[in-house]
Amino acid sequence: MTVTADRTTAPRTLTLDALGRLESEAIHIMREVAGEFDRPVILFSGGKDSTVLLHLAVKAFWPAPVPFPLLHVDTGHNFDEVIEFRDRVVARYGLRLVVARVQDWIDDGRLAERPDGTRNPLQTVPLLDTIGEHRFDAVFGGGRRDEERARAKERIFSLRNAFGQWEPRRQRPELWNLYNGRHRPGEHVRVFPLSNWTELDVWRYIAREDIELPSIYYAHEREVYLRDGMWLTAGPWGGPREGETVERRTVRYRTVGDGSCTGAVASTASTLDEVIAEVGASRLTERGATRADDRLSEAAMEDRKREGYF
Amino acid sequence: MGDLLRLATAGSVDDGKSTLVGRLLYDTKSVLADQLDAVHRASVDKGLSTPDLSLLVDGLRSEREQGITIDVAYRYFATPRRTFVLADTPGHVQYTRNTVTGASTAQLAILLVDARKGVVEQTRRHAAVLALLGVPRLVLAVNKIDLTEYDQGTFEVIAKEFATYAAALGYTSDTVRTIPVSALVGDNVVDVSDRTPWYTGPTLLEHLETVPVEPDPHEAPFRFPVQYVIRPRTPEHPDYRGYAGQVAAGTVRLGEEVVVLPGGSRTRVARIDTRDGELAEAVAGASVTLLLEHEIDISRGDLLAAADDPPVLTDELDATLAWLADKPLRPGARVLVKHGARTVPAIVGELRTRFDEQKLSTTEYPESLALNEIGQVSVRTAEPVPVDEYRTHGRTGAFLVIDPGDGTTLAAGLVGAPLPVLGTS
Ligand SMILES: Nc1nc2c(ncn2[C@@H]2O[C@H](COP(=O)(O)OP(=O)(O)O)[C@@H](O)[C@H]2O)c(=O)[nH]1
Repeated sequence: MTVTADRTTAPRTLTLDALGRLESEAIHIMREVAGEFDRPVILFSGGKDSTVLLHLAVKAFWPAPVPFPLLHVDTGHNFDEVIEFRDRVVARYGLRLVVARVQDWIDDGRLAERPDGTRNPLQTVPLLDTIGEHRFDAVFGGGRRDEERARAKERIFSLRNAFGQWEPRRQRPELWNLYNGRHRPGEHVRVFPLSNWTELDVWRYIAREDIELPSIYYAHEREVYLRDGMWLTAGPWGGPREGETVERRTVRYRTVGDGSCTGAVASTASTLDEVIAEVGASRLTERGATRADDRLSEAAMEDRKREGYF
Repeated sequence: MGDLLRLATAGSVDDGKSTLVGRLLYDTKSVLADQLDAVHRASVDKGLSTPDLSLLVDGLRSEREQGITIDVAYRYFATPRRTFVLADTPGHVQYTRNTVTGASTAQLAILLVDARKGVVEQTRRHAAVLALLGVPRLVLAVNKIDLTEYDQGTFEVIAKEFATYAAALGYTSDTVRTIPVSALVGDNVVDVSDRTPWYTGPTLLEHLETVPVEPDPHEAPFRFPVQYVIRPRTPEHPDYRGYAGQVAAGTVRLGEEVVVLPGGSRTRVARIDTRDGELAEAVAGASVTLLLEHEIDISRGDLLAAADDPPVLTDELDATLAWLADKPLRPGARVLVKHGARTVPAIVGELRTRFDEQKLSTTEYPESLALNEIGQVSVRTAEPVPVDEYRTHGRTGAFLVIDPGDGTTLAAGLVGAPLPVLGTS
């Protein structure tokens, strides 16, 4: 659990630093879920948080394979690099990937495209439908409490009612490291093993464990245009409007989501160390910097969470 | 990065808890520009002339509308000396259960009082909850001193009254620190105030940065709840059988003799495994996989413990409950007990005492325990469980009481009587 691990040397003593504690806590949470639930699933988008989640699952059950399938709610507004990465990682660990395509829900009329073309908020229905269809009873998410103030109130084991809704006023007290996974038929539990991690912890852990990420997390040149203070990429989801000009810039992504509303940040950080230095010095939260959907209103995230969003 | 301090806040509603936490985040520059912008905008919309720092922490719409904190929120901030995980818990009486949540893992608690009101009912209730859960250190933040004209006398009366109460709960004077602050103006939170020349102690942040942190229980007897059995049955690992879990207390070493409970068989630790390689020993807090010398039938819920210092195996628990549910507890209640990785059916027998945290006294044989009440009970479990006293072994002395019907967490359970012996009324 420390970086110095080396299978060829004599047994070592394990000491826990701050990252080691976070890792141990996350592994403990995953093993509780494996022990108490019948049909868990890991939400996996290929983004950095879900990649860390999968890495922790691999460590938690080693040398046995990860005992959970993966679920990706695909907006269709993807970065090619991320989908390529997703499929490669799934193949590497020999896991089963369930993909719920927002496009399918739009095609058969269960969902309507939004006027602004953004599909992040449309993920909730396919997510809940798929959870119901596969009878998943525990759903791992990569959410962190430092991301946003409604998330700061989320439990590690967070009960969702039969409609998939979060009821913040009825959250169970969560005591010590004893997690209560009881739920009635039709209900499910969202589980957040990274609750106590900060963005910087995630990056430091990625560096320490040498975890591969999609290339768009590192600085690269890209054709972008400026909207609402964010650098957006043209794609199948649309492109610059009148008055918005495309420029070639050196950027990187801090989060990976729906391409229509996930912005890149101007950055020259092309290595892990440079990214860590940049994140440490940033004066913006990762959502504030790069997610148009979170800027919708004062309570945008809370409202989406109540409905059953990630 | 220095070490880590886990802390919780408590205090009655309107004492300024959200403002204080907002101030700590703000003055330690833990608030990023976009969050601050949002607070500035919302404050202007509400017609305020200065930014309302409590908006930084009140995360739910109903909290902002009512101007109160409802649920525990977790905050992360760091100074060059330490990293802090802060559980910000609400003050309203009906939300005391969240104080229990926040306090269950805290190494220190900041208790707020309004300098104009001093120690009130809710202060005593919270201090009792903190003592029960064994939070090792307290800070009493006497807030809003700007509204008492920075009066030394007022502060000292409050400090003295609280010290007496805390001592009765078992807190020695070196574990309690009282600090005069104004969360709104910032006096003595991060920066030393020149309006309290009579106060020579540390600011709140200075204290948080320097207060000793209780070490992990590495020296305690070894305890390891088995969470999951790892059996790959793959060509490379056809016979691997590992017991996955987190060391709850003590240190496990290769070759050491362990007892498997409740079964009672003994064996030795043959291997301590992680994906990063084998270990010679693993300390409290570490998630590892143990391989044992003998083939014994072990499954999730069993406890591995130091053979020479095992816990007590019993189906009759004397325990203290902090009741967290709306419907009251009555004798004869059928519940589930979750202890370690094991959940067993149980019946609450007698209610022996109810603790009155206002008078620091107990009532014998109460008819019920209502929401937020603390009492001693007897619990009969369907199978024997290996337990330690909460006072000495927090992790293996703690359990959850769960409603078998809807799965609600009903109570925080603590083996034994962690509060000091009190007179009866
Ligand atoms: N004058 C003064 N007012 C304060 C101080 N701290 C908080 N307040 C005010 O007291 C009220 C309640 O504060 P809040 O932080 O919401 O309390 P909470 O309910 O404990 O979280 C608000 O109007 C604050 O502006 C202080 O140090 N001095």
